[in-house]
Amino acid sequence: MKLDAHIPSGPLAQKWDKHKFDLKLINPANKRKFDIIIVGSGLAGASAASSLAELGYKVKCFCFQDSPRRAHSIAAQGGINAAKNYANDGDSIYRLFYDTIKGGDFRAREANVYRLAQVSVNIIDQCVAQGVPFAREYGGLLTNRSFGGAQVSRTFYARGQTGQQLLLGAYQALSRQIGLGTVEMYPRTEMLDLVVVNGHAKGIVVRNLVTGEIASHAADAVVLATGGYGNVFFLSTNAKGCNVTSTWRAYKKGALFANPCYTQIHPTCIPVSGEHQSKLTLMSESLRNDGRVWVPKRKEDCGKPVSQIPEQDRDYFLERKYPSFGNLAPRDISSRAAKEACDSGRGVGPGGLGVYLDFADAIKRLGEAKVRERYANLFDMYEKITGENAYQVPMRIYPAVHYTMGGTWVDYNLMSTVPGLFVLGEANFSDHGANRLGASALMQGLADGYFVLPYTIGNYFATAKQAKPSATSAEFKKVEEDVRNFTNKLLSIKGKRTVTSFHRELGKLVWEKCGMARNDAGLKEALKRIPALREEFWKNVNVTGENGEFNQNLEYAGRVADFMEFAELLCTDALHRRESCGGHFREEFQTPEGEAQRDDDNFAYAAAWEYKGPGQAPELHKEPLVYEEVHMSTRSYK
Amino acid sequence: MNLTLKVWRQKHVHASGVFETYEAKNVLEDMSFLEMLDVVNEDIIARGQDPIAFDSDCREGICGMCSLVINGIPHGGHRGTATCQLHMRHFKDGETITIEPWRARAFPIIKDLATNRAAFDRIIQAGGFVSVNTGGTPDANALPVSKESADASMDAAACIGCGACVAVCKNASAMLFVSAKVSHLNLLPQGEAEKDRRVLNMVRQMDEEGFGSCTVTGSCEAVCPKEISLSFIAKMNRDYGLATLKGKSAAA
Repeated sequence: MKLDAHIPSGPLAQKWDKHKFDLKLINPANKRKFDIIIVGSGLAGASAASSLAELGYKVKCFCFQDSPRRAHSIAAQGGINAAKNYANDGDSIYRLFYDTIKGGDFRAREANVYRLAQVSVNIIDQCVAQGVPFAREYGGLLTNRSFGGAQVSRTFYARGQTGQQLLLGAYQALSRQIGLGTVEMYPRTEMLDLVVVNGHAKGIVVRNLVTGEIASHAADAVVLATGGYGNVFFLSTNAKGCNVTSTWRAYKKGALFANPCYTQIHPTCIPVSGEHQSKLTLMSESLRNDGRVWVPKRKEDCGKPVSQIPEQDRDYFLERKYPSFGNLAPRDISSRAAKEACDSGRGVGPGGLGVYLDFADAIKRLGEAKVRERYANLFDMYEKITGENAYQVPMRIYPAVHYTMGGTWVDYNLMSTVPGLFVLGEANFSDHGANRLGASALMQGLADGYFVLPYTIGNYFATAKQAKPSATSAEFKKVEEDVRNFTNKLLSIKGKRTVTSFHRELGKLVWEKCGMARNDAGLKEALKRIPALREEFWKNVNVTGENGEFNQNLEYAGRVADFMEFAELLCTDALHRRESCGGHFREEFQTPEGEAQRDDDNFAYAAAWEYKGPGQAPELHKEPLVYEEVHMSTRSYK
Repeated sequence: MNLTLKVWRQKHVHASGVFETYEAKNVLEDMSFLEMLDVVNEDIIARGQDPIAFDSDCREGICGMCSLVINGIPHGGHRGTATCQLHMRHFKDGETITIEPWRARAFPIIKDLATNRAAFDRIIQAGGFVSVNTGGTPDANALPVSKESADASMDAAACIGCGACVAVCKNASAMLFVSAKVSHLNLLPQGEAEKDRRVLNMVRQMDEEGFGSCTVTGSCEAVCPKEISLSFIAKMNRDYGLATLKGKSAAA
């Protein structure tokens, strides 16, 4: 297989315009002859579904939640970037492009990132027209704030609920189309496999989560907008239902999976309180503007109340190691520093997995009222979860898995290596390289759905000229049979261990060996232990109930079964990438000061893995990253 | 701490339901309410029985998927708190906790504590949007919006669509939910053009779904995890009245 990213020729700034002109069109009257399946209803899925339906295509949209409004895009707090330069502070499309490429540690595709920066301005116009209540100045115009990794203010926001408001905008646009009858919506329906006919993606097999009915849906193209795989770590800031199933099953049908080892760890999450913990909660990074991060200098002090640890016995490790950025060092760097402090036995709180984020100085300097004005909602949230008043005692924070940059490999048209299968948003790998900047996930999801796919999918229809598939054909029946067998197999084991216990064990293993820091020996050990755990899962898992009912345990078991396989690819990719970059930190590859050391001579490529069958090693394909416009430099935050 | 749970169990929408009693042992105060239920379910599964079905997803109070009537109050009765944000430190050792699903004709029970809230989606589909297609929109700063309007709109837009307002209401009225969406959009100049159609169509759909009337007791505001104000209902009634006076009617 030869990977062709189909990057248009010509100067970077003109590629997208040129490409839009070169793409073949579908006549307005003919669009209704094409059926499109969209899986997922988050920012990418809902925006794509509404936009394609408005163009005249016949759309079916599927989500596992009870309503398309619940997708996890809703939980994004901070904001959305756009190169509007409303702040008159020197922003431009080129600057947003450059910041994103650099933030991604020079491991993203230049042409895609430039296009992302270009369409970012249209996104804000679109959202405002839909009635998204962004924050405004008294004069009535939109206001911006700054965010990590940028020196300009380009982030638009709606209080601490930007993701919610953008998703509701897309959900409302989608709802309008559902009301008009141009989109058929299938909530509480989970995609369990992809159907490929004659080498092209032609449909999916789904399970109705209420009745258990397994059914086929045929279409001229399939779009996956199903988010990331952070829940392979069991604990993450993702919603409980987030899973890798759709992209993993597409991988097993020929869609290459790229860069799974690029995972983002967010430094400011509320620490784990015990074995019962089901998910982790993120607190906005903005807290680090005024909070000081520290641990005791001596292990013996860790159990003491903070008031008994005098100033000279505290180690403000970020300020010590990164004097110029201090507590505002980037996400990956801050996370690793916290891990090092805890690994040295100086972590605080239950289990020693936490560091202090202390506001005492800020309260002294600004007064409690000012601190309250800036962060009251975050302090309240912290108190709800921990029962502690952070105005009086320091917060405890610890890094947690937050976002995954890797995903299904797609070309410039967002099409995977299976023709007719498009992948959008966090589910694909294309725009963030090895590390994503804050406020860029919302931007990418909406860019893909509103402004990229509606152009590129038409070209596929116009050029592929495939026969109309039938959901009753032999190909569909075969996949339905496979899905039924898979489901029945899970239900027939009736072993001794719960699905949760397997998921927790897998997550712990992957977190320890392939989390914030990775090394050769650890990854090799994980690659031995994962298959053994998977084998035990298939012998000893206890999935209760039957298929023909609302069975949450069965849904969960299917997702964990896929994580059991996916985890192996994650570690394989992390083992093969013998360099450190962005969210992938290999302990063997660091500078004498402990910073990530890239190897551009050998690893300036996207690693796309091809499934070769059960029990076979996946095959690595490399897409070289060619930088025509920017110079690859070393990130420094000293 | 150890707790006794009385949980509504109902196999499916047409089955009759019953309260079953479960012991929740060694509950830690740092657990969330849903984590406590997770632990109880682990126990039930280990005994080979059918775990309690309940909805949840984000578990940080924003997706609106979680529900549960806890001791008679939707989301458990702590101000501005969804069930997933409720922690066990608010309960006492030895306490008995009653857990029920949302109860309303328009929200049929799927299983145990999980209900079907698709009626809310259909109300949005009837008019809870601004009719703009993708592309061709004016520059975002072309139309100034006063900060007061934007803030008031955001107050309404914070609704997470969980349905607690319906579950607590003695009439199972959806007025708080519907008025929040009507107000979010009608307070903005972007929503002005179809202001009348919107309120008429959404109210018509609300009535068709079988939600009850509002008698302004305010219980909805009290249990709303996003503290949506009752005043939005007044705003919607005004918009509805004006649209009717203009002689407009809901589109078929």
